Amino acid sequence: MLILHCPYCGVYAEETELHAGGEAHLKRATIGDSDEAFEEYLFMRENKKGVHLERWRHANGCGKWFLCARDTATLEVYGTYPAQTTEPPADIVAAITAKHPGWSWKEKA
Amino acid sequence: MRRYSVFAVAREGLRYHSGWERAWRSPQPKKKYDVIIVGAGGHGLATAYYLGKNYGITNVAIIEKGWLGGGNTGRNTTIIRSNYLQDPSAAIYDKALSLYENLSQDLNYNVMFSPRGLIMLAQTHHEVRGYKRTVLANQLQGVATEWVTPEQLKKLVPIINIDGPRYPVMGGLYQKRGGTARHDAVAWGYARACSDMGMDVIQQCEVTGVRTEGGKVVGINTTKGDIDCDKLGMVVAGHTSTLAEMAGFRLPIESVALQALVSEPIKPCMDVVVMANTVHGYMSQSDKGEMVIGGGTDSYNNYTQRGSFHHIEETVRALVETFPMVSRLKMLRQWGGIVDMTGDRSPILSKTPVEGIFVNCGWGTGGFKAIPGSGWGMAELMAKGHSPLTAEFDMYRFREGKFIDESVAAGVAH
Ligand SMILES: Cc1cc2nc3c(=O)[nH]c(=O)nc-3n(C[C@H](O)[C@H](O)[C@H](O)COP(=O)(O)OP(=O)(O)OC[C@H]3O[C@@H](n4cnc5c(N)ncnc54)[C@H](O)[C@@H]3O)c2cc1C
Ligand SMILES: [Zn+2]
Repeated sequence: MLILHCPYCGVYAEETELHAGGEAHLKRATIGDSDEAFEEYLFMRENKKGVHLERWRHANGCGKWFLCARDTATLEVYGTYPAQTTEPPADIVAAITAKHPGWSWKEKA
Repeated sequence: MRRYSVFAVAREGLRYHSGWERAWRSPQPKKKYDVIIVGAGGHGLATAYYLGKNYGITNVAIIEKGWLGGGNTGRNTTIIRSNYLQDPSAAIYDKALSLYENLSQDLNYNVMFSPRGLIMLAQTHHEVRGYKRTVLANQLQGVATEWVTPEQLKKLVPIINIDGPRYPVMGGLYQKRGGTARHDAVAWGYARACSDMGMDVIQQCEVTGVRTEGGKVVGINTTKGDIDCDKLGMVVAGHTSTLAEMAGFRLPIESVALQALVSEPIKPCMDVVVMANTVHGYMSQSDKGEMVIGGGTDSYNNYTQRGSFHHIEETVRALVETFPMVSRLKMLRQWGGIVDMTGDRSPILSKTPVEGIFVNCGWGTGGFKAIPGSGWGMAELMAKGHSPLTAEFDMYRFREGKFIDESVAAGVAH
């Protein structure tokens, strides 16, 4: 069972307390954007066998959304961070690159 | 290839079973094939089989990183049905069901297809309306299904508790032609037939790269060396995104774990397949007597072929109310597979941005039942560039909003 640290209330929450919300840092498409942009926003998802940045909600806890860096091939958790960020913070990136040298977030690649 | 028959059994019985041949060859890869299929699961093998059988294309290799049938094909709960809501789904799933009906004869391999009937329970008013609608849709599609009342249901499934306090059984969607088959045998039967046509089934060989030139595929890199090809079929279920990335395109797929479990073997007690979608549980009894139980998917992206235990707990807890006898059963084994989920819960059978590369994926939690129909359509697509069976399952439908929405038809789509 996954155990994630909620960066808001500080609880180490078990998976049954949490609700998974899919890929993090999506950019919302809006009026006037192309069909491709909407396809990207609505359906295209990073589906890496490896590092995945994702949203979780502490549903049966404080109720807040937070973000998490996790490895889909090993289930290792690199860390969690508040949702009010537009990119993974430096300490999370450091934790990831310690295991995956040269890793960079898709928006920075 | 020596055919299997009652005479073969008698002959071998008289000579200590010394004459059985290997079911398929295990060759080394050649330098080049007309067609390479990546993934020796049911869908990859069926694609290769119908390429040979229907189009005479036999210079084909099927490349598998593990052992054939070791992916979701060997991990599923083997439910076969074609009572879907949308027309394109009904077409491909019903084609599959019709092919399943004669598959053992066609392949000369007993796939143990058992059309024992399948019931989807309606346990909320919402489901009652939904399934009645499906019955009507199925009538228009020419797929025979019917609505059954709780009383009829109790006759068909005596072990069911129709007046559970939380989720009473309010009726069901019944497809008499539905049922189960032996999953391994489906993979093995197709592999044997492919090998017999001269195709190479190459196991323990992982595809690590896709080579293209000028927007066209020219070959693959594998752990057994580079192999060239004119056409490439990617049929790798949960690993589709990984393969697509090698070829430089993306697909609207997410990979998650789906689990199943079986009980200790018990005496025959249920001769239909029962699905309870509201509570995310479904159950059938195998020929060995085990109760085969499946549930819902995990909620997060995962490639580990292990799921979270609480899902097993939830599934069994839900089933206990509808099947009280489950509470007395010991569970023997539990396992997981990585399923490839699309936004509309329908598969993708499509050309791709790279010329010569075709993709067959997105079967998610419910593709075992589709194997023969999917292979049939995919072979036509790869041989002729177009197939009426697969046309609507194009990968570009998401951009155009032409969904084949089966997620509304069933919470779980097995
Ligand atoms: C627990 C569970 C229960 C299910 N229950 C049902 C059910 O009751 N009814 C139903 O219809 N469906 C069910 N399904 C879904 C069904 O199992 C799948 O949709 C179907 O088996 C997919 O077949 P496939 O051939 O596409 O994939 P797979 O059988 O997974 O085959 C893909 C193959 O590709 C190989 N591969 C991957 N990457 C590479 C690479 N780089 N190089 C070479 N080879 C590679 C894999 O090793 C694998 O063998 C269930 C699935 C699960 C997990
Ligand atoms: Zn919290």
